[in-house]
Amino acid sequence: MNALLRLEGIEKSFPGVHALKQCKLELLPGEVHALVGENGAGKSTLMKIATGVYTKDAGRMVYKGEEIELPNTRAARDRGISMIHQELNLLPHLTIAQNIYLGREPRKLRCLVDDHEMNSRVSRQFEKMNLKLDPRMLVSELSVAKQQMVEIAKALSFRSEVLIMDEPTAALTETEIQDLFRMITQLKQQGVGIIYISHRMEELQQISDRITVMRDGAYVDTVETMNMDVDQIIRMMVGRELYEMESPTSFSPNAEKVLEVKGLSRGRELQNIHFNVKKGEILGFAGLMGAGRTEVARAIFGADPVDHGEILIRGKKAKIRGPHDAVRLGIGYLSEDRKRFGVLVDMDVASNIAIASYKRYRNMAGWMKEAHINRTAEHFVNSLSIKTPGIGQKVKFLSGGNQQKVAIGKWLTRDCDVLIFDEPTRGIDVGAKSEIYKLLETLAAEGKSIIMISSELPEILRMSHRIIVMCEGRITAELSAEEATQETIMKYATMRSQVM
Amino acid sequence: MKLQPTQTAVGGQQAKKTGIKGAARQKVLAFASLIILILVFSLLSGNFFRFDNLVGIMLSTAVIGVLALGSTFVIITGGIDLSVGTVMTFSSVMAGVFITYWNGPVWVGVIGGILAGSLCGLVSGLMIAKMKIPPFIATLAVMMITKGLSLIISGTKPIYFTDKPIFNKLTMGSIPGWEIPNAVWIFLIASVIAGFILTKTIVGRYNFALGSNEEAARLSGVNTVFWKVVIYVMTGTFSGIAGIMMASRLNSAQPALGSGYELEAIAAVVIGGTSLSGGMGTILGTVIGALIMSVLTNGLRILSVAQDWQTVIVGLVIILAVYMDILRRRKNKS
Ligand SMILES: Nc1ncnc2c1ncn2[C@@H]1O[C@H](COP(=O)(O)OP(=O)(O)OP(=O)(O)O)[C@@H](O)[C@H]1O
Ligand SMILES: [Mg+2]
Repeated sequence: MNALLRLEGIEKSFPGVHALKQCKLELLPGEVHALVGENGAGKSTLMKIATGVYTKDAGRMVYKGEEIELPNTRAARDRGISMIHQELNLLPHLTIAQNIYLGREPRKLRCLVDDHEMNSRVSRQFEKMNLKLDPRMLVSELSVAKQQMVEIAKALSFRSEVLIMDEPTAALTETEIQDLFRMITQLKQQGVGIIYISHRMEELQQISDRITVMRDGAYVDTVETMNMDVDQIIRMMVGRELYEMESPTSFSPNAEKVLEVKGLSRGRELQNIHFNVKKGEILGFAGLMGAGRTEVARAIFGADPVDHGEILIRGKKAKIRGPHDAVRLGIGYLSEDRKRFGVLVDMDVASNIAIASYKRYRNMAGWMKEAHINRTAEHFVNSLSIKTPGIGQKVKFLSGGNQQKVAIGKWLTRDCDVLIFDEPTRGIDVGAKSEIYKLLETLAAEGKSIIMISSELPEILRMSHRIIVMCEGRITAELSAEEATQETIMKYATMRSQVM
Repeated sequence: MKLQPTQTAVGGQQAKKTGIKGAARQKVLAFASLIILILVFSLLSGNFFRFDNLVGIMLSTAVIGVLALGSTFVIITGGIDLSVGTVMTFSSVMAGVFITYWNGPVWVGVIGGILAGSLCGLVSGLMIAKMKIPPFIATLAVMMITKGLSLIISGTKPIYFTDKPIFNKLTMGSIPGWEIPNAVWIFLIASVIAGFILTKTIVGRYNFALGSNEEAARLSGVNTVFWKVVIYVMTGTFSGIAGIMMASRLNSAQPALGSGYELEAIAAVVIGGTSLSGGMGTILGTVIGALIMSVLTNGLRILSVAQDWQTVIVGLVIILAVYMDILRRRKNKS
């Protein structure tokens, strides 16, 4: 079969970083081609070159037998190559439909936007995707998962022949992933070639035909998915053995209750939330998208107001008027939405790591202790294996997974007693993921309390001492590590309240 | 934590160095335009590059320069302060009240005038950070209020400081043996302090954090409301200092002066490469920006270009300077 798209000998350098070295990739029509590699391996960069976001320094790009140059994204899209980016790129103050049709709005009388047509087109698209969303909603009101679905809908609406998906499932839960896979299968039958980047190994088996592995900006190999198992792929990616997840470290169930939440409520989003977390415990929060887990975390952290409810820290009622109070009381919150809330992309790695802890790094007069900050930053760059040319690099130039590690480093620097990690391993490669699991266990063993919100059930099951399941703003179950299985969690996660 | 360090992380020194190099090059560029401007005027007129004219330029930069220093802080947060000019006037009128009306000691007038400026900043800051009124509107209101108050308090007449000659000496006197008026030194010291605040202190770091992503800063536990107020107070304080300098230099508080100064201050900041959308900027840039503005005005005047044409040319220079900055950034990106 003739290749739909072929990349050969692609080279790309950024100041201080040789991001791609002689990279290649071949995509057949009707194929789902997975692209895997560690954080910072160069996957996104290679795909950005294939869609005209970056221009290559050297190499060839052959599309349908013809050598092409892509000076910009428009040129790529006109040829039928489009991409769902790893970072969400929607305009928050426009509606869903306005975002999807931005720059190519259906018109009437040549100069008026035909909103009606636009909204109904989007509705039809959503129906096909089994997505219940009103196209007239503002994007700023959507959760990350829903924004991700909108990005997918947008890419699908281009009717492309090559569709590149950069970690489309990082923010999704099981049901939406299955919907997405159904869409992918349909596109495949229509002969669309799909390049699929993911760190979720189990997905590759399910959806991909071939896999290309990259390491440190270089091509490693392309293999048939059928002939490989997950361990073999991981070994090709990281070139070393991984930390094996064990069952959670033990902790005493009689340990002190560090944080207690009582009757937290806000409208329909949070209904009478009641739970506690003990010293040295890892408490998992499971649920489907929109179940209200992030809302609970943000409410505890003081990021959003609540109607009622109280929060007790070591048995004492805490007054949390905003995140600064929460942080002062020893609570840290890693946001699920990295780009918007997690990191300051225009600032450097060192400032990001220190941002929650500056009180510690200043003297009486308010001067910063630069040397001290830099030492801490260097320490976390090493211990979290953050791939960056240095601590002075702006965070926006790091790969997605490395940005996530910077956000984690920020809270480790702060040394909180209670850490709320909302999707901590989102966009993180398998190697780093196991490092983070190990890190969470070490923190728990040191007596920190950890609340881990995650949409990946295997992760929740293996890490947590206790699991809370939420559905539609309510806690529907509290399960011990022994009782919890994928099935029980899913049962409670879909236990919708009776319609009265 | 006992995670084994891996080989992926390269030493931090390297990037730190290139970062500084990049920033240094930007300043060199701005500095180069200033030098070119000076060279051109020196060639066109023998009167330009003379000691007393250069001192004159520095003197006329001083007040606008201090205003621009203050404006730099709010502009880096992504905000704007339209009230700096009239707050400056309000501060000089208040100094007049303390010193001339109430016959108080000069130092009380100086400190009182500066604090009046800080107070205005506090009001703007609270409106913006707590009540969430957009900076443009809040400071527009403060601009009108201070303008009105200055006129009311002074009865629309200048307040003179002739009874206290020392007040005039504050800016127009000079260190014996040096023929440079104190105002110039005050401006230089204020610049060093402002630069220090912006790069070495927490307020400075939070200043950039607010400008680059306020919500992310808030969720990192930064008390964004508090720090924003602090930043507006700083801007107000710098306006207060400018007010005292102005009053001292004119030996009188002129209640009708001041409107329009805010735009000149903003222009200096922008020429200096600070982005109006926030998140980046330098004090050195602002100082150079302010100097470029006054060298230009002074040079054009020496060449006897008509006043109205001077304004047109300054406008064109602003476009040129900002466009060059945009081009440079675009090049850095790719
Ligand atoms: N605009 C840029 N400027 C400087 N360096 C960059 C830029 N974009 C990417 N890089 C660097 O290039 C390397 C490859 O990054 P890339 O985003 O392609 O990684 P990735 O494989 O997609 O990783 P992840 O799984 O974390 O998303 C990284 O080291 C990154 O820091
Ligand atoms: Mg990536």
